[in-house]
Amino acid sequence: MKNQIQLVLKNDIRDVEGEKITKTAKDFLGIKTGKIKTGKVFNLTYKLSKNDVKIFAEKGLCDEVIHDIFINSFYQNEFYKSYVLVAKLPGVTDDEGVSAQKTLNDILDLNLDVNTQHIYTENIYLIENELAESDLKILAERLLGNKLIHHFEFGKFKGKVDYIPTVKIVDSKKVNLINLSIDDEKLLYLSQKMLLSLNLEEMKAIQNHFNSKDTKAIRKKNNLPELPTDLEIEILAQTWSEHCKHKEFAATINYKNLETGEEKIIDSLFKTYIRKSTEIVRDRLEKAGNNWLLKIFTDNAGVVRIDENSVFVWKVETHNSPSAIDPYGGAITGILGNNRDPLATGIGGAKLLFNTNVLCFGPPNYSKQLLKGQLHPKRIFEGVRHGIEDGGNKSGIPTVNGSIIFDERYSGKPLVYCGTGGVMPIQYKGVDSWLKPIDVGDIIVMAGGRVGKDGIHGATFSSAEIDENSPQSAVQIGSPITQKFVADFMQDAVKNGLIKSSTDNGAGGLSSAVGELAEISGGAIVNLEKVPLKYENLKPWEIFISESQERMIFVVEKKNIDELFEFAKEREVELSNIGKFTSSGFLDIRFENEEVALLEMDFLHNGVPQKVMEAEWKKPKLSEPELSQNLNYNEILVKLMGSFNICSRESVIRQYDHEVKGKTIIKPLMGENGKVPQDAAVMRLNFDGFEGLAISNGICPKFGDIDAYEMSAGAFDEALRQIISVGGKLPDVNDNSNRFWTVNDNFCVPDSAFDSENNPDGKQKLAKLVQMNEALFDMATFYNIPMTSGKDSMKNDFKAGKVKISVPPTILYSMVAKIDDVRRTITSNFKAKGDLIYLVGETYDELGGSEFYKLFDELGANVPKIRRENAKRIYHKMMKANDAEIIESSHDISDGGLAVTVAEKAFSCQFGVEIILDNCKDISLNAILFAESHSRFVVSIQSINKYIFEDYFGNDARFIGKVTNDAKLQISKGKLPIIDIEVAELINAWDKGLDKK
Amino acid sequence: MKKIRSLIITGFGINCEEEIAAAYKLAGAETEIVHLNEIFLCKKSIHDFDILNFPGGFSFGDDLGSGKVLANKMKFKKLQSGKLFLDDLKDFIAAGKYIFGICNGFQFLVKMGLLPDVANNFDQEVTLTKNNSAKYEDRWVWCKVNANSTSPFLKGIDKFQVPVRHGEGKLIIKNEELKNLIVNQNLNCLSYCDENGNETIEYPQNPNGSDLNCAALTNESGQILGMMPHPEAFLSLYNHPNWGQLKRQNPQISEDGAGLKIFKNIVEKIKGCKL
Repeated sequence: MKNQIQLVLKNDIRDVEGEKITKTAKDFLGIKTGKIKTGKVFNLTYKLSKNDVKIFAEKGLCDEVIHDIFINSFYQNEFYKSYVLVAKLPGVTDDEGVSAQKTLNDILDLNLDVNTQHIYTENIYLIENELAESDLKILAERLLGNKLIHHFEFGKFKGKVDYIPTVKIVDSKKVNLINLSIDDEKLLYLSQKMLLSLNLEEMKAIQNHFNSKDTKAIRKKNNLPELPTDLEIEILAQTWSEHCKHKEFAATINYKNLETGEEKIIDSLFKTYIRKSTEIVRDRLEKAGNNWLLKIFTDNAGVVRIDENSVFVWKVETHNSPSAIDPYGGAITGILGNNRDPLATGIGGAKLLFNTNVLCFGPPNYSKQLLKGQLHPKRIFEGVRHGIEDGGNKSGIPTVNGSIIFDERYSGKPLVYCGTGGVMPIQYKGVDSWLKPIDVGDIIVMAGGRVGKDGIHGATFSSAEIDENSPQSAVQIGSPITQKFVADFMQDAVKNGLIKSSTDNGAGGLSSAVGELAEISGGAIVNLEKVPLKYENLKPWEIFISESQERMIFVVEKKNIDELFEFAKEREVELSNIGKFTSSGFLDIRFENEEVALLEMDFLHNGVPQKVMEAEWKKPKLSEPELSQNLNYNEILVKLMGSFNICSRESVIRQYDHEVKGKTIIKPLMGENGKVPQDAAVMRLNFDGFEGLAISNGICPKFGDIDAYEMSAGAFDEALRQIISVGGKLPDVNDNSNRFWTVNDNFCVPDSAFDSENNPDGKQKLAKLVQMNEALFDMATFYNIPMTSGKDSMKNDFKAGKVKISVPPTILYSMVAKIDDVRRTITSNFKAKGDLIYLVGETYDELGGSEFYKLFDELGANVPKIRRENAKRIYHKMMKANDAEIIESSHDISDGGLAVTVAEKAFSCQFGVEIILDNCKDISLNAILFAESHSRFVVSIQSINKYIFEDYFGNDARFIGKVTNDAKLQISKGKLPIIDIEVAELINAWDKGLDKK
Repeated sequence: MKKIRSLIITGFGINCEEEIAAAYKLAGAETEIVHLNEIFLCKKSIHDFDILNFPGGFSFGDDLGSGKVLANKMKFKKLQSGKLFLDDLKDFIAAGKYIFGICNGFQFLVKMGLLPDVANNFDQEVTLTKNNSAKYEDRWVWCKVNANSTSPFLKGIDKFQVPVRHGEGKLIIKNEELKNLIVNQNLNCLSYCDENGNETIEYPQNPNGSDLNCAALTNESGQILGMMPHPEAFLSLYNHPNWGQLKRQNPQISEDGAGLKIFKNIVEKIKGCKL
């Protein structure tokens, strides 16, 4: 028995969503739909009286100004010749249905169960034109939904909707035993069949463990069979997954440089370069009596001290594989999942201050035949953008900084980097907030969403290449509202001392969350039947490794349990007491009082064998191209402004809320017309003071095709110089003012494990990864800037049959630095006519990898190089000039070089520029205009400050021209005009870049 | 003198409570941020406060339409004392107190029927729905105060810049008759305009395509104000997207943002009444 309620817009109300679909269908799919009328269907499976259904429809669902209601009937009109129905597949999050359930209780004063699904929502689209089934299918699958999560019906609408996505699981044997007494081939097959993503050595380590006398004795004593249970194998696979154990960053690498003959053995990239560099920086800080670096690498996020009252927590994650197959779901779970990291660092409950996102996609005009399972880059772009919009906006967290990079090699797997920064008080009830205390007997409490099959094997899936058979359960849909309830609740519960510690449930679900926390106390008991489920008949192993979203684990002292549960009820957050922490040395899992897993903590966390990998470096043979002598620079600049990697991101940025919380001081776009792109974002920390943060990112994978070391060092410099540009200060180990810097390093690389058949260039790829790490180490220790957290994603390859699309090795540095006074920060746009323009820093003949060369399909050989000593000197001069408040505007030079940077600065207020390049040294005009040499800025100053500025900078700054108010960009050299163009023409090209066919 | 007490409601996806609290603090009022369920459980009473604020956010994720689920809760759900919350609100208004809803707060005020309430019966008369662009957007707009409006919130303000951050801000008025009543009573107290103060329907100066180019509504008594733009996001000059140039043009420029004036206005007004 079900009731159905349909809402459609009244005929005189403009259907803006329908209009948007009509337009997108035509532009993107070439399908002419004619007019589209959208509607929503609510399927109610609660038992309700006819009258109750009517009241619910009229008062609860309908907006009487715009809606017509149909109860147990549907809007029909011969005008519309076709239709598409989009329903969710069984088990897919239906937030709207849940909200409808809650409002039903409110309106009718009922007490119906709202924790499981009883109202199912569906979208219906009535289409004017009579479209062929094949077109309707394309419309459904490519624009209106995604077949991995949606059920579609289409054709001619007959006034009936039958489908309801109820979940039905047959109750079968809860626990199966796994026979490991099998040969190597069968072990590998088992790993594949169970989606364990474990290699032969790892499978054998497990086999040996269960064959050992000691293990057998322990199992006998505890009434467990000799053979491991499916749950035990799944826990091991999850804990040992690349995603959780970072096996390749922990591997032994035999590195050979065939250029120099150098050979070395690296015992873990992580230990050797990342952790080591931060330890060196920490030692220097501590030696100087500085202690702002509070927590590195050991928790969900790194922690630094802001002042005597508060600490800053900062984490950047990736969510690439899920975004490749379901862009919206992948991105939204990415950002929400990343929010939970700072939220659950230390004791937990940080107030989340901002989000960042850096995205790498294939070009929007990608025209190659799509491989099986591959989504078009434009679709991935739109889905990911939408996921970030909903994830950030609905959580009330401003998205303040980001980048979008286009390269054809990201058209298989996109890269989706999500960052979140938050602030915690320095102590809660006298306990340092960043600590994670857990004692024996403390209760394990799960909070938030319920557990279903969603996201099972997410941890192992992301550690594998994507192929056409990727499991459907890898898709999860986030629910920002569920998480907002949990986050608000958690922040208050922590403040009241009700939560002792916390962690989030991310990849690996309970298995990962409890397994990791249990390391602190030395063991845990979990009763899986206590875990609330979305639907019946899940098996214990599914419950334990499910990645159902929006869940947290709280560590709670027994004496606080009742108060915490009472408080949760008040806040409408579901909690469950699922076990307790022990010091037994075992992860002990029970289901309905039966022992279903008993794993030694030591084997679980330290039993995985170390990988051994081969790296070999051979310098690629590259040369500089010969370009025509007669280039039309007006045309080239217009083309550059409109190129994918340079053009405006405004359409994306405006759909992110970048100023909720009221603390954003430098937003992504500024100036009179809100068009001028900025360098780092700046936020203030409190409303009663002006201390703040600068937030930046550095990423330039294109240079890695020439030199991976310079690429990584360049990305580091890019993030760093953006903070200098807005008025930040380099760290000084002797400075005791808590002026911290905190960095997340995020590596995303293609499969770098050599295999003569499947990955013949694996050694070369791994060598690049080594060099990227060397650069990280050199830069971090040179500037004393610590990595405080980070992430590696190692298998960014998309495979269909024999074809493989692999991402270029990519590293993102995300930096945050403290700012003394946000009122003295510097924006990039010109401020007044007559101001003098200077080029700060040296330009070299370094067009390799540039956007300029890309216009000619050339790579070149002269990659921009990092010259650390010079850069540091320049940055100190910038700091000094900012102390004297003589810089009016500053913009760092990156994609497109000097010409593009100058143009962007003039995008506001009818400004123009007159640039004379006579002062630039003797390198080619192309290089002067377009080289992307690092550590440079274009700044403007008032003419009265000319002498003091020139005195500060000496040869490190060159006078290049003046700000005008004629809205023209004019560049000349030796009295010869090179560029003379209206700024409006440049803005126009820049604005329309992303729509380029 | 007794301090003005400002109550700021949060919970269920509301997310602008902190900046509104900051606004009232800067305006000289005492503030308290309270979860709506504390009101429903009768742990707090709205009557202990002078002004009640409904901040922006995404209550219940804007499922079923922006503000709808929260509007239903406030309109139909009873407090633990057995009294309808709506009746409590009626008493609050009858006591001459003030209500301010911003963005999502405005959306559920109209869906509850508190604004514009021309008929004085708390029936829904207008709605706020999807922008003509079919997009959520964060952008700064110019707004002009209706010269005939007597809203105490907007006193002494002519036009100002402020960010809008919404996907469902288009005001639709139920019928022509109501539209005329709203205009005649000057309940459309704020309009989207260009930088010269001319009302406009042109996108993006008018970000959503509202009837009457309307950005805010008040009720007849002026006690209730609902507004799509976010004045609490412009408390400081440094929130403005062009603050660098504004400061250069006028080094003596006030460090206050234009949005703060609205909060100062209402706090002053209540102070005046309390004297």
